Amino acid sequence: MTAPLPASLRLCVRRRRVPTAAGATVQVSLRVPSDVSCIEEVVDLLLRHCCSSGWLCRKLRFNLRVAVAEALANAIVAGNQEDRSKWVQVQAEVCGDQIRIEVTDQGSGFDPATIAPPLLPEELDRPSGRGLFLIKHLVDDVRFNEQGNSICMTLRRR
Amino acid sequence: MAFTASRDQSGVYLIRVEGQLIVGNRQELKTAIQEALDHGERRYVIDFSRTGYIDSSGLGALVSISKKVREQGGELRLSGLNEDLRSLFELTKLDTLFAISDTAERAVGSFAG
Repeated sequence: MTAPLPASLRLCVRRRRVPTAAGATVQVSLRVPSDVSCIEEVVDLLLRHCCSSGWLCRKLRFNLRVAVAEALANAIVAGNQEDRSKWVQVQAEVCGDQIRIEVTDQGSGFDPATIAPPLLPEELDRPSGRGLFLIKHLVDDVRFNEQGNSICMTLRRR
Repeated sequence: MAFTASRDQSGVYLIRVEGQLIVGNRQELKTAIQEALDHGERRYVIDFSRTGYIDSSGLGALVSISKKVREQGGELRLSGLNEDLRSLFELTKLDTLFAISDTAERAVGSFAG
């Protein structure tokens, strides 16, 4: 059974609907503590606020869940080093046929070009290093800021 | 995540993962398998038919578990991966590292003999 959402997390959700030329845009922002035990709840919360029932097909909902969980894990563990005094900021925007999710940590950042996926046969038994590779294959577009502490993922409905 | 563990008559240790297998809970699964190894269990099936999603840390935990089981002369098989979960194993080529059966029953049965 899923643990109840921490009160501090619940208080930090902001959701608003903004009229734009492309139709109504839903924006959700969330301030997440650097605690890996929050990830499952944050993923559920984002999906609930951003993707009403049927907006995404089962496969894309799955892809989005895994990609967001990966980005949060990277931000909390590698970015903020699980330092409870630091936060992860999540901004999501649903507009037209796409959802864009930005995850920003308070770490010093990294160079995504230095991360090679462990796909060679001799590397398959590596226990880590698959997160970014998975994200890139599960969503349509992935970008980082210059510092490397913020990832922006875009998934399009199809 | 929660999981249930049972040992069938043929001596196969079956663990069913319920919910997600992610960075926040992968250690529970690793600990459970380590304890079973310490108790002499050598044949394992991890079943995912009640699993929502797995992240890269969960996949990494399975890789570590598989290595540990092999090192102690044991065998690990996976089962119950739906189409979405299986796609993660295919993307990362981990489908080539694990023996995967459609159902827990088939995975348990594959040890026979």
